[in-house]
Amino acid sequence: MAVTQADVIHVAELARLALPAERLDHLVSELNGILAHMDVLEKTDTSAIDSNVSVPVDSTPLRSDSSGPLPMLTSRESFAPSIRDGFFIVPRLATHEDAAADTAP
Amino acid sequence: MTQGKYEMVVGLEVHVQLKTRSKAFCGCSTRFGDPPNTNTCPICLALPGALPVLNEKAVELAARAALALGCTLHPVSVFARKNYFYPDLPKGYQISQFDKPLATAGSVKVDVGDGEKSIGVTRVHMEEDAGKSLHDRYPSATAIDLNRAGVPLIEIVSEPDMRSSKEAGAYLRTLRQILQYLAVSDVSMEEGSLRVDANVSARPVGQKELGTKTEMKNMNSFSGVERALEYEFARQCALLDRGEQVSQQTLLWDAAKGEARVSRTKEGSHDYRYFPEPDLLPLVLHSEWLAGIKASVPELPADRKKRFTDEYKLGNEDIEKLTALPLLSDYFEAAARISGEPKGAANWVMGDVQAAINASGVPISEFRVRPADLGQLIKLVADGLVSRSAAKVIFGQMVETGKPAAQIAHDLSLVQVGDDGAITGWIDEVLAEHPEEAKRYLAGEKKLQGVLVGFVMKKSAGKADPKRVNQLLTSRAGAG
Amino acid sequence: MTFPDFSRLSATALAAKVDGGNVSPLDSINASLARAREAGAGRESLNLILWSNEQLARRDAASLAEGMNRAGKGGRLAGIPIAVKDNLATLGLPTTCASKILAGYVSPYEATAVARLREEGAIVVAKTNMDEFAMGSSTENSAYGPARNPIDLRRVPGGSSGGSAGAVAAGIVPLALGSETGGSVRQPAAFCGVVGVKPTYGRVSRFGLVAFASSLDQIGPIARNVDDAALALEIISGVDPNDSTCSSRKVDTYRDEFLPLATSAEPLDGMTIGVPEEYFPEMLDPGIRALCERSIDLLKSLGAKVVDVKMPNTALAIPVYYIIAPAEASSNLARFDGVRYGARAETAALRDMYAETRSKGFGDEVTRRILLGTYVLSAGYYDAYYRKAQSVRGLITRDFRDAFGRGIDALFTPTTPTTAFAIGALTDPYEMYMSDIFTVTANLAGVPAMSLPIGRVGGLPVGGQIIASHFCESTMFRVAYALEAALGGEAHQ
Repeated sequence: MAVTQADVIHVAELARLALPAERLDHLVSELNGILAHMDVLEKTDTSAIDSNVSVPVDSTPLRSDSSGPLPMLTSRESFAPSIRDGFFIVPRLATHEDAAADTAP
Repeated sequence: MTQGKYEMVVGLEVHVQLKTRSKAFCGCSTRFGDPPNTNTCPICLALPGALPVLNEKAVELAARAALALGCTLHPVSVFARKNYFYPDLPKGYQISQFDKPLATAGSVKVDVGDGEKSIGVTRVHMEEDAGKSLHDRYPSATAIDLNRAGVPLIEIVSEPDMRSSKEAGAYLRTLRQILQYLAVSDVSMEEGSLRVDANVSARPVGQKELGTKTEMKNMNSFSGVERALEYEFARQCALLDRGEQVSQQTLLWDAAKGEARVSRTKEGSHDYRYFPEPDLLPLVLHSEWLAGIKASVPELPADRKKRFTDEYKLGNEDIEKLTALPLLSDYFEAAARISGEPKGAANWVMGDVQAAINASGVPISEFRVRPADLGQLIKLVADGLVSRSAAKVIFGQMVETGKPAAQIAHDLSLVQVGDDGAITGWIDEVLAEHPEEAKRYLAGEKKLQGVLVGFVMKKSAGKADPKRVNQLLTSRAGAG
Repeated sequence: MTFPDFSRLSATALAAKVDGGNVSPLDSINASLARAREAGAGRESLNLILWSNEQLARRDAASLAEGMNRAGKGGRLAGIPIAVKDNLATLGLPTTCASKILAGYVSPYEATAVARLREEGAIVVAKTNMDEFAMGSSTENSAYGPARNPIDLRRVPGGSSGGSAGAVAAGIVPLALGSETGGSVRQPAAFCGVVGVKPTYGRVSRFGLVAFASSLDQIGPIARNVDDAALALEIISGVDPNDSTCSSRKVDTYRDEFLPLATSAEPLDGMTIGVPEEYFPEMLDPGIRALCERSIDLLKSLGAKVVDVKMPNTALAIPVYYIIAPAEASSNLARFDGVRYGARAETAALRDMYAETRSKGFGDEVTRRILLGTYVLSAGYYDAYYRKAQSVRGLITRDFRDAFGRGIDALFTPTTPTTAFAIGALTDPYEMYMSDIFTVTANLAGVPAMSLPIGRVGGLPVGGQIIASHFCESTMFRVAYALEAALGGEAHQ
């Protein structure tokens, strides 16, 4: 399963990373170099683990609905890059359509 | 266009905000309408190092809803991260459930006019809401409010079992009513506590395989969902008629224009990279806990309708109205039981009670006239102690003062006199005061009876039981 | 102005002096601050410390002194200066994970582990250098430049908790907090000649630890001796309502169990210690092998039965680790988007803001791992990589369960295959990853493990690793304490 340049571009897009074009080739070969070491996993027999469906006894702990919020000792304004009237401000999406389109289902 | 050749196939995804005080994974308030970002903390702001802890109440409400929808609750379910970037999604992923959801395989019985139809519920899973992006507030900037980020939701996914927009509407209304009875959510589309996405496709009548579906989003009412489905179905039929393909895409409904436009999201550009949420352990539900949740599921609308029909012998239309909202139907039932007069209680609740509640704007739970009080009033009428018209006056006073019916009736001297001695006295006085009419009436001019009853009622200041007045006058005429 | 030198004093000894009123909290803190200056701990020289605020530290010391006057006692770490890795949320000092993307960020809340140390009287004097977001094994991947090993300035201190290990080794603080994902406490502890502990997964709350790989991350103490490390772990361990993965199991009193053994001739009598052959491969530095053999002989002389044991899936640990850790990291680091906190690239379009903020904010190694992690989770690859890696992780865990299930109490191995390497020596990412080869297994299996100094090769410290079964930190400390005592001065020669 060799990683292609298109894969790296796609993955960078998903991860919201802007990769300079001149680094692409290098990254492709680096990722392939690393992933080559992972091929050993494919050959490993894990049937004993996969078939062992153990039911966990510990549930994720549950919190009371009436537990209050964690205190914050400094204000949102102290760390926000841009805040106005209490809102975090980001560059506007090109159109509303984009806005709705980008919203996850 | 030949829509008749095609069949509509609809599946719905319904997101419902759960009615908890605090968020799904942190202690922040879920209150609606507070100043921006005031209900946020390190966890729902996704500050570095913050971790989620699941809200017990959210699990209870989700489980109750899933049970009421006939689902199988899984003893082990797993939270997963759904990864995507959006400014109102603080962590860059939504905590949801993926391949091991809370519950699966339920159904909802829906009245589709010409009978009942069962709509399959594929799954019910828990997740957290995102915040809000406001695009219109500032020029060239989007404002982010994270008060809603982390509010607990359930997503209810139906099977593609609906065959018309009407069926879809009926399913949604039934679902909303069930959720209202369960008291798990405010289920308001206006406030966004219930949101609907629809998957719709068209296929030639008789064909088994499903056609290519499109996803409709952005509807803000049930009728909007119905309109959007009609619109999209017509569009797909036209395409198929022309021998063209329906392409799988997401469409955004514009209620004002009554049309949908294609979302600009590239298909396949969403790769959510789900994986089990490592910050939470699996959710394990033990049988004792489940038994408690089962016990907390109240009587559901369908059962209640059936029982009301059997117990109170009311007509269908009355029953639909009386069971529309759980609290109203509780109110009716209490008044009916105390008065022993279901028909009378039904008329009061659908009439004066509803009008008074609408006029005052208070929720029924805070309405001053409690069902027991109304029951007493209905009983006074049934026992002939107050007249119907007096009862209306008394009810008005009850709404205003909160005093019991009997006391108001007494204070305003509205208790009817059914005592023959007193009524005979008033009749005697009236006949003496109106000798001309008396003579004609006693001579057999029956049409004067109404006038005389009116005189007697006036003399008694409305307290005389009109039925008895009529009876006594009649017997006087017969005797004469 | 000169201050007394407490740089060779243990935390417990110094705290006893402060608690007894022989040393004031302020003197203790001043001595630490002076030592930091003298050792050149800041950016210009060792580059071990990223953030410190002397005024704040002195103010904390003064308020501790006040509190002690009122209460008549100061806590088990009264007046102890501590250094905290820069990926642990602290009040008053920045928390940047040595990344540009968090430049200037000060947390409005504090990590549970830090707060618990403070409650016992500890005073945070420094936030320490690290590999950016803990991704690295050398503390070279820091936005603020590489840290140096105080034993040999041309060499790395190890990583990612290199700043914390270095600060302890340099005598600046007797106690520091680091974090582990694949060996980030034990490996730098070995390189710097100090003690480093990776507790059982779930023993210490992760609340306030900036997540790298959530299913592997644990906070661990670094100290100059086993006793201090055990005390620190006792204090920071235990249930926390803010971390769902933190265990509610009672915390053992480790020191009560091993301190009484100090006078015993055979303190390890009745114990069985396994030596897994997979941790002694041919490529192992012969000097390290010889020091391990000496320690094994000592363990026998202390009464332990030493047996060979097989851990057949050990070689799979690095491939598994470098799938699971980047996968979780790619998701954990999505929150650094410039919207709510941290650095932001100013752009006209939102999409550019994301991409530029993240590309400029993250260094090369972080970028590489985000890409790798995103790739192995993406549609079509999830089963082949992530799911498969989780299954193999199960095999590795089973190796440990099998070994401990057969009556073995603890394992003894080298902590690292080499001693501290020169700054800039390792350029191939995978070669760097291999320096975690003996440590990642414990993270994958969730078992406790620690490194303690067992001697030197060519003047460079060597660490011996003790691994125990889940929540059996007591056993691990007992072995470490006995070995440390038996080695005596040899541990640092």
